[in-house]
Amino acid sequence: MDHNATTPLAMEVYNAMQDWLIPGRVQNASSVHMEGRAARDTVEESRESVAQALGGKTREIIFTSGATEANHLAIYGATEADEHVITTAVEHPSVLAAVEARADHSILPVGVDGRVSVASLADALTEKTRLVSILWGNNETGVLQDIEAIGRLCRERNVLLHVDAVQVFGRLPFRVADLPIDMITVSGHKMYGPQGVGALWVRTGVSLVPTLSGGHQERGRRAGTENVAAIAGFGAACERLPALLSEQERIAQLRDRLWGGLAAVDGIQRNGCADAALPNTLNVSFSGVEGEAMLMGLDLAGVSVSSGSACTAGSLEPSHVLMAMGLSGQHARGAVRFSLGTQNTAEEVDEVISRVLDVVERMRRAA
Amino acid sequence: MKERVVVAMSGGVDSSVVAGLLVEQGYDVVGITMHLSDVPEKVLEEDQQGTCCAPDDARDARRVAAKLGIPHYVVNYKEQFRKSVMDRFVEDYQRGLTPSPCVRCNDELKFKALLERSLSLGAKYLATGHYAKVIRTESGTELHRAVNEKKDQSYFLFGAPRAALDQVLFPLGNMTKEEVRAHATRLNLTVANKPESQDICFVPDGDYAGFVERQITPEPGVIEDEEGNVLGEHGGIHRFTIGQRRGLGLPGGTPKKFVIGISAGDGRIVVGNDTSLMADGLVADRCNWIGPPPAKNTPVLARCRHRSVPVPAVVTACDEQELTIRFEDPFRAIAPGQAVVLYDANVPTRVLGGGWIIRAIDANQEAAA
Repeated sequence: MDHNATTPLAMEVYNAMQDWLIPGRVQNASSVHMEGRAARDTVEESRESVAQALGGKTREIIFTSGATEANHLAIYGATEADEHVITTAVEHPSVLAAVEARADHSILPVGVDGRVSVASLADALTEKTRLVSILWGNNETGVLQDIEAIGRLCRERNVLLHVDAVQVFGRLPFRVADLPIDMITVSGHKMYGPQGVGALWVRTGVSLVPTLSGGHQERGRRAGTENVAAIAGFGAACERLPALLSEQERIAQLRDRLWGGLAAVDGIQRNGCADAALPNTLNVSFSGVEGEAMLMGLDLAGVSVSSGSACTAGSLEPSHVLMAMGLSGQHARGAVRFSLGTQNTAEEVDEVISRVLDVVERMRRAA
Repeated sequence: MKERVVVAMSGGVDSSVVAGLLVEQGYDVVGITMHLSDVPEKVLEEDQQGTCCAPDDARDARRVAAKLGIPHYVVNYKEQFRKSVMDRFVEDYQRGLTPSPCVRCNDELKFKALLERSLSLGAKYLATGHYAKVIRTESGTELHRAVNEKKDQSYFLFGAPRAALDQVLFPLGNMTKEEVRAHATRLNLTVANKPESQDICFVPDGDYAGFVERQITPEPGVIEDEEGNVLGEHGGIHRFTIGQRRGLGLPGGTPKKFVIGISAGDGRIVVGNDTSLMADGLVADRCNWIGPPPAKNTPVLARCRHRSVPVPAVVTACDEQELTIRFEDPFRAIAPGQAVVLYDANVPTRVLGGGWIIRAIDANQEAAA
């Protein structure tokens, strides 16, 4: 129940990667010789698969080491150091870090529902604004931002829009060509592909300065030898997109079943807008119980969940996302994120509900 | 079903062996490392290691847990630790006291927050790598010194409420350090040869004054003798502790002097001869008793700082809160802010409890009073 952190590798992905993890096989996609050409073919086939899954052009795809790098490439690559950059208070830390590193930046607040208002963006735009970076589907709460409205505004004002779609890709259908956006970040391991690979789609005509330079790879926009096995796996994961999307309605029903069962818990509250949300994510706070303690208790009971983004875990600070939504420190600390995936079943959900009830009761008794 | 035990794993050899032994004994062991403070990178020298509770130690603990095949978690107690231990450490120095942060950490973090967390996870016990013993008798749980005199940590544990002791295990209470290291080697734990942690975990370089000065602006004051003659100046009372001889910065040729008094109100440091350090007794408050408070005239053994040998004394007044004792022979350099821990004179390993020293009693003062 922690699929927003990472997803299990699909069999098709494993098979595609295996071909490139054979001892003795040469796999530099930049080499001119026969082996190099085979690797190049694989990389380009994957690029086609990713482009097709995103609904963009093949040449618009830049493979990266993952979403963090893609986010940084979009933000650092598309803006000059003195240009104004805007993002929101509920972003992934990789975006916040990059935006905050720019001297001239604005961080938009969100409402209690976790959504950013288009009006507040309109107010924040200045003559010097070059880029807006928005997380489409929030990794902690599942809340979706109104990308179309935000994109239309950016178009009107001649500002670039970068969208972090890591959690949305594979969960909601979209075609980048049809959206008023300029760049989009996606990641392999959030959609049953491998870790260590992601991509930035960049609309034709948007100029980008590479953050990693010194090689001609990725049409000079991302230097470094291609990770052929991971890219092959990412391509295979993208090939599965139609099947993955067809699962989402069932997953949404499971999520609703989970909430139906948990809503009975005394002092529980659901965090974030339920009407505009990823189909798989449920973020709740149990009042009077620390999220950290819940996580441990649930793990010992065989239920894997998260208290927010896994990146801040290990040492738990109250979630910046929930704090930005105006939750009290206590509620933010009591937050638990359930994020479902294709392998979850109704029986599992029922079992999870019963174990959560047990753990909450024991925690409250001990307190 | 196996009984669950939470082990407070610091990443050091002691608590790692505790986890390993409890796994062998068939418990359902869960490892927890407390994340207490972030030591600034610049304070850490490359060759410094083995301070408890730093991120590297959490990693060591995690690796030991993985080796033992037990679940392991890091819990964030930074805020509580800052408030109840680090801030208090600075405040104590500001008030002219000699702080005892390890006792406070045990009282507020280990045997309170972590114990509560352990119980909420369904554990029957919280186990730690302390060198001390709990003995469960018909009249209640008792706390005793470790068999290993050199390692005994019972002094740091006096503040644990009896109800907490009911729920703790100290599996190393009967072992020597060599035996512990032998177990670590036998269990193939990577931390077997890790050096001991020595200093206070949040001041790994041992520079307490420097730590205090990063938190507050020190106020200079004067150093004077018992007659009130000013002998010199100092950079802040936090640099001194009762009985201190070095670092007084007095002009050359001044006869050997010791700090005998710290006056927080006006920032005075009073120095005097060794004889002025001798106390006949002491008064302590905020006591904790493991059992009923000792009655008046009870002979006890009193330990007034860690690593000092408990000395014979008699209880002259005592209730739940406050304690007064008189030493059989005058005792040197009583430092307010430190704990006094009493042991049973008849069963010298048994901890009766103790309190926080508020002042020494010396014969002259009493005659005057």
